Amino acid sequence: MRSLVIACFFALFTTQALAASGGVHLDHVEVDITDQASLQRGAQTFVNYCLSCHEASFMRYNRMAKDLGLTEDQVKENLMFASDKIGDTMTVAMRPEDAQKWFGVTPPDLSVIARARGTDWLYTYLRTFYLDESRPMGTNNMAFKDVGMPHVLWEQQGYLAKDEATGELVQAREGELSQHEYNKMTHDLVNFLAYISEPSKLERMALAKWVLLYLIIFFLVAYPLKKAFWKDVH
Amino acid sequence: MSSFMNWLDARFPASKMWKEHLSEYYAPKNFNFWYFFGSLALLVLVLQIVTGIFLTMNYKPDAELAFASVEYIMRDVEWGWLIRYLHSTGASAFFVVVYLHMFRGLIYGSYKQPRELVWIFGMLIYLTLMAEAFMGYLLPWGQMSYWGAQVIISLFGAIPVVGEQLALWIRGDFVVADATLNRFFAFHVIALPLVLLGLVVAHIIALHEVGSNNPDGVEIKKNKDASGKPVDGIPFHPYYTVKDIVGVVVFLFIFALVLFYAPEGGGWFLEKDNFIPADPLKTPEHIVPLWYFTPFYAILRAVPDKLMGVLAMGGAIVFLFLLPWLDRSPVKSIRYRGPYFKIALVLFIISFLALGYLGTQPATAIYTMAARVFSVIYFAFFIFMPIYTKLDKDKPVPERVTFQ
Repeated sequence: MRSLVIACFFALFTTQALAASGGVHLDHVEVDITDQASLQRGAQTFVNYCLSCHEASFMRYNRMAKDLGLTEDQVKENLMFASDKIGDTMTVAMRPEDAQKWFGVTPPDLSVIARARGTDWLYTYLRTFYLDESRPMGTNNMAFKDVGMPHVLWEQQGYLAKDEATGELVQAREGELSQHEYNKMTHDLVNFLAYISEPSKLERMALAKWVLLYLIIFFLVAYPLKKAFWKDVH
Repeated sequence: MSSFMNWLDARFPASKMWKEHLSEYYAPKNFNFWYFFGSLALLVLVLQIVTGIFLTMNYKPDAELAFASVEYIMRDVEWGWLIRYLHSTGASAFFVVVYLHMFRGLIYGSYKQPRELVWIFGMLIYLTLMAEAFMGYLLPWGQMSYWGAQVIISLFGAIPVVGEQLALWIRGDFVVADATLNRFFAFHVIALPLVLLGLVVAHIIALHEVGSNNPDGVEIKKNKDASGKPVDGIPFHPYYTVKDIVGVVVFLFIFALVLFYAPEGGGWFLEKDNFIPADPLKTPEHIVPLWYFTPFYAILRAVPDKLMGVLAMGGAIVFLFLLPWLDRSPVKSIRYRGPYFKIALVLFIISFLALGYLGTQPATAIYTMAARVFSVIYFAFFIFMPIYTKLDKDKPVPERVTFQ
């Protein structure tokens, strides 16, 4: 009975992820926010391509410097274009009214986007822009139908087109990167988005085993104590 | 020390209360696994209050600032992420523990005479807890906070004549807005916790007045030794305090596993859509209440008429209150109950869990049909209880509790 209750409890955890994809097949991406090299490359992509329109207004540059193993000077020189104070958050200069006018929608803040959308969705989204004449920006997206955002990384990926017969995406114009390289680039970017969505996860994961170890030791004291007290109960 | 205690006892019943509720409160010696959840509920209550106080220090109950202030707690407040996760995981843990605690009452007949009031106070705690959780969930001001509140408050609109006015009065605005957030904050941090604490005290006082039930459903007070102590009773302290500490450690271990490795609980404890700030103009695809409300949500949706649905949902909870008077069996514990009650209980638990699942799913035709079937079983458990418990072939109950 006991194990059944526990099994039911954990079975609850596994199903909800399916509900979020909206029926589109999502490509899986392995995220590792302890991989500093990947996060640094992702940060580079993020500040160069995303941070002109999207904010990450809850994320501070100095926190990023610390967690990515960079010095504050390195961050200032290479990753800070929108601000010059290391304690600032990653905001943009674009006014929401302008964004509304240009894209039809204000680009969402990306601070916690990885927790809202999931990393698989982001990875799929970034890799499935395709040519679509009917859209104002000339592109559409498999994961996010009729999205307002243009294909910002077109120089790297080139352009994909949708094969009407199969519904599959095929390369219509080569980009600077091979498909493999582009996957790697977006993987790093998604990794970085996962990191900024919860920087404290690094602390959380580091603390976890000590708390669990403490509780195990506590149990090794508490259980014999109970046994000792209950010896005379018949 | 003893002179200080004398001084104190002359002015305040400190030693008397210690004896009455701990060192000389005789509890049956045969408590099993199911008896951990009362003390665990108390632990989680304290955890929620303490973490809640610290969250309140940094949270901003303002529609413009609320979402950002939660992220501020998660990032910039020292240990803020831990405090917040303790609170959010604690909310779900509270319901896990309380549901198991209620299930214990159900299988061992702890609601039956003379413990009707213990059960009633417990049900009031459960009801207050639901209101507390519902209002707390609005505070992060994410999409699911917002739309969940919008849907639930609009249910009051189904009440004839006064409904719409009532919903307006609860919201303080025509839609869920800043005014709603402010009042929910006030209820969540002051009004309901006060009610909750008062009810918990009443629950424990009523329990200690009549004494605890046990897995055999035998009244230990019927067998007393020469000094007037129940022969099958042991002092709560130290026996059950040391035992409950073991329960606490095991609970905290599981709690820590969730908190540290899966604080979102796979989207059940912190929903994905709640990481998108509330947007009154954009309705999410699925509006799903938190997992602990889903059985009642499924009942609500199973009824085609909105008012009848609301009444059915309310009825599902009202029936639980009536349990002590619906059950006509002279036997308390499931160990000595006949087959009818056992079958009914199994069907009830299955339908409660199934409704809980269906409440999380989109209301397709098949799922709605299933929800109707399980709703009927849910209500049948209560409606026919006076009959099947009376006709049941109960087994003889032993004189003394069984132990080892």
